[in-house]
Amino acid sequence: MLHVAVATRAFRRYSTYTAATLAGIFTNSVFGIIYSYAYLALWAENPTAGGYDASDAVTYVWLGQALLMTVALWGGGTTDDLAERIRTGDVAIDLYRPVGLLGWYLAGDLGRATYHLLTRGLAPTLIGVLLFHIQLPDGPVAACAFLVSLPLAVTVSFALRFLVASTAFWLLDASGPRVLSGALAMFFSGMVLPLVLFPGWLGTLAQALPWSAMVQVPNDIWLGKYPGTEVLQALGFQLAWALALLGCCALTLRTATRKVVLQGG
Amino acid sequence: MAEVSTSIVAPARNYVDIATLWVRAAWAYPGSFLMMAFGSLLITALDFVGIWAMFASIDSLGGFGLREIALLYGATGVGIGLADTMIGSVERIGVYVRTGRLDQMLTRPVPLMVQVCADQFTLRRLGRITQAGIVFGWAATYVDWTPSRIVVAVVMVASSTVIFFAMFTGFSCIQFWTTDASEFANAFTYGGNTLTQYPLSIFPREIMVGLTFVVPIAFVNWYPCLYLLGREDPFGLPQWLQFCSPVAAVASLAGALLIWRTGVRHYTSTGS
Amino acid sequence: MSLIEVRDLTRTFAVRRRSGRLRRSPSVVSAVHDLSFTIESGEMVGYIGPNGAGKSTTIKMLTGILVPTSGEIRVAGLAPSARRTDLARRIGVVFGQRTTLWWDLPLRDSFELLQKIYRVPHDRFRRNLDEFLELLDLGRLLDTPVRQLSLGQRMRGDIAAALLHDPDILYLDEPTIGLDVISKGRLREFLRRLNAERGTTLLLTTHDLQDIEALCHRVIVIDHGTAIFDGALGDLHGQGGSTRTLVVDLVDTAPAIEVPGAVVRKVEGPRQWLSFPAGASAAPIVAAVAASYDVADLSIQEPAIEDVIRDLYSATGSF
Repeated sequence: MLHVAVATRAFRRYSTYTAATLAGIFTNSVFGIIYSYAYLALWAENPTAGGYDASDAVTYVWLGQALLMTVALWGGGTTDDLAERIRTGDVAIDLYRPVGLLGWYLAGDLGRATYHLLTRGLAPTLIGVLLFHIQLPDGPVAACAFLVSLPLAVTVSFALRFLVASTAFWLLDASGPRVLSGALAMFFSGMVLPLVLFPGWLGTLAQALPWSAMVQVPNDIWLGKYPGTEVLQALGFQLAWALALLGCCALTLRTATRKVVLQGG
Repeated sequence: MAEVSTSIVAPARNYVDIATLWVRAAWAYPGSFLMMAFGSLLITALDFVGIWAMFASIDSLGGFGLREIALLYGATGVGIGLADTMIGSVERIGVYVRTGRLDQMLTRPVPLMVQVCADQFTLRRLGRITQAGIVFGWAATYVDWTPSRIVVAVVMVASSTVIFFAMFTGFSCIQFWTTDASEFANAFTYGGNTLTQYPLSIFPREIMVGLTFVVPIAFVNWYPCLYLLGREDPFGLPQWLQFCSPVAAVASLAGALLIWRTGVRHYTSTGS
Repeated sequence: MSLIEVRDLTRTFAVRRRSGRLRRSPSVVSAVHDLSFTIESGEMVGYIGPNGAGKSTTIKMLTGILVPTSGEIRVAGLAPSARRTDLARRIGVVFGQRTTLWWDLPLRDSFELLQKIYRVPHDRFRRNLDEFLELLDLGRLLDTPVRQLSLGQRMRGDIAAALLHDPDILYLDEPTIGLDVISKGRLREFLRRLNAERGTTLLLTTHDLQDIEALCHRVIVIDHGTAIFDGALGDLHGQGGSTRTLVVDLVDTAPAIEVPGAVVRKVEGPRQWLSFPAGASAAPIVAAVAASYDVADLSIQEPAIEDVIRDLYSATGSF
């Protein structure tokens, strides 16, 4: 119950920035339009590129814009608060709380993600439907699986951002790693270009890395690219990365705690 | 002449003085600085890898080949990189309003825009500029250079810097009215950059007209590059537009300065 | 002509209040209303009032950051908002909690940049810097990065930074907030000398009334955007029905003392506290007490300025 309260509070906190949300939706839509035309031009040249048709490709664009803030690809969310608290030393207070720090911040980030999904996720999707007639989920199974894949995508992203924020325990300033990891996330999630278009080994590698669980996998579920039980495999892929990365977070946190305790905060 | 020295030279010197101090301050954390510089390089480099990867599935996009697109990409990248370096903290003007830092600046005998643009000045975008410059250089070997093309290329880079500078400053001014709407400007700045990485022939005619006469992003690279590549305008627009980048730059800068003045007036007359 | 002239100054703000679930109705509040005062060159004036009284709105208008709704301001003969950058060379501004110094660089760098910004001639800069470093005890900190300075050291650095261009007027917003007693004392001493030796006019807003008592001969009290008191600090005591206290130590415990002109506030064993109007003379009361009781000791407490101002606010709280 405590974690629900933490999530609710994060949701409310983000919902106070109305102007920021509207400005963000506008920007997402502009990028959505730009990429839509770029992909339409690409699929006009090669109508079956990457196993997508033009309609799949444009749908992919708008789903990507919807997920950009929801999974916080660039960084942001509660992990930024964590990095700041590590820098100022306030994290010592968090460490002595009776509830686990990891769960606390994850709950907050899921609350944030819910807010961003309902605003900056929903609005670009609707605009995509209006302007480019993008596809709806490929049937009820795909719709349900998509809804399951969202929290998994957020969790994978959260765990990576948590690890990046944790570098502040050693570096004090996590802004360098944050920029680097944001760049990698944009590229390997499929945000810059669908991973299905990546040639050869680069494509194979990109599809196996955790970032693909953040955009490419949820989008493919929506588009119905996983027939039958393959959907379960896709969700399993996300879950495996989420658990593995959360495990890394827990280990890092334990090492860092020892360090903080030794230094006396 | 005395007029000129007080209205241009002195603020320019102030800008350099303040910016220099910020560059030195950034060196207090060399590790962080280098990582940020490399990060900015990586972001744009991966952007280009994305475009390159597209060409694994296609031979041309909107009638343009990879080298030609690389020329567009390099030109717009250098332009936005230089502009982004010059604007310092303009993107965060809303934060300055909220924290009172803007008030502090208003009590100094230096034009506000000079102070804001010099504040937090950083050379971190050097990464991006270098990367875009290399791509431009690679693509430039494809161009059949003539003296007039060299002039157009140099003018193009200067103009695109000015146009992006105007986009950053002009559209950031919305924050004088709503302090947390900083992302609005991104649609025009980074959005304009992304848009001009592609040949504009992929867009519908109406968008093209808007990008020429309303928000003159098309002059950042599209029109001058058509000249460098010796190509006909795919929309059948007149060739003289290919020499109009400086006009667009001056016009957008004038527009941005006007909006800036209105924004500052609004701030000093409402205090919010 | 006075250095600062403020006549019928009014500043209103349009605010949107929530009037329903979603509806918001615009309304106008005036932060400063018909304010008038003049400050002569060389004065040290305390500008005080509760939060939201209009202090910072006034300072913003005096420095040219904010345009008045109506009324007139002249600072050093200039209209602040129209001539903001010209005025900037004549004034120094210190905002208590926000530093203008470069966080990651030594103090010296901030000072040298300000020299360039204000175009202070080199020898005058050197002279000023040497003097301020000496008086503010900053000499050995000149090469320390600002982030390593204590709050008090940083505040002293900020004040030196605001004075390098020899401003006629120094505006100080909460200069002693968060400082320890020693730092406060040192800062006040410096400001006093600055005023005495250079004739710099000081206008300071503060919540710390000891700042005012230590520095200012004149106080302007503002509440709800209007000046409710403007005069000598001493006269403030006579305002708003404030009282002085006569502390009487009797030889033995006794019931509450009854003398004309004074009321017993508190009794604690043989000690009793009697209050009487601040404007009245203490002599007849002391005489009356001594005539009727066995007195071991007597002392008179002046009203604390906090109490005086609190009384003043509550007396005028009606508008």
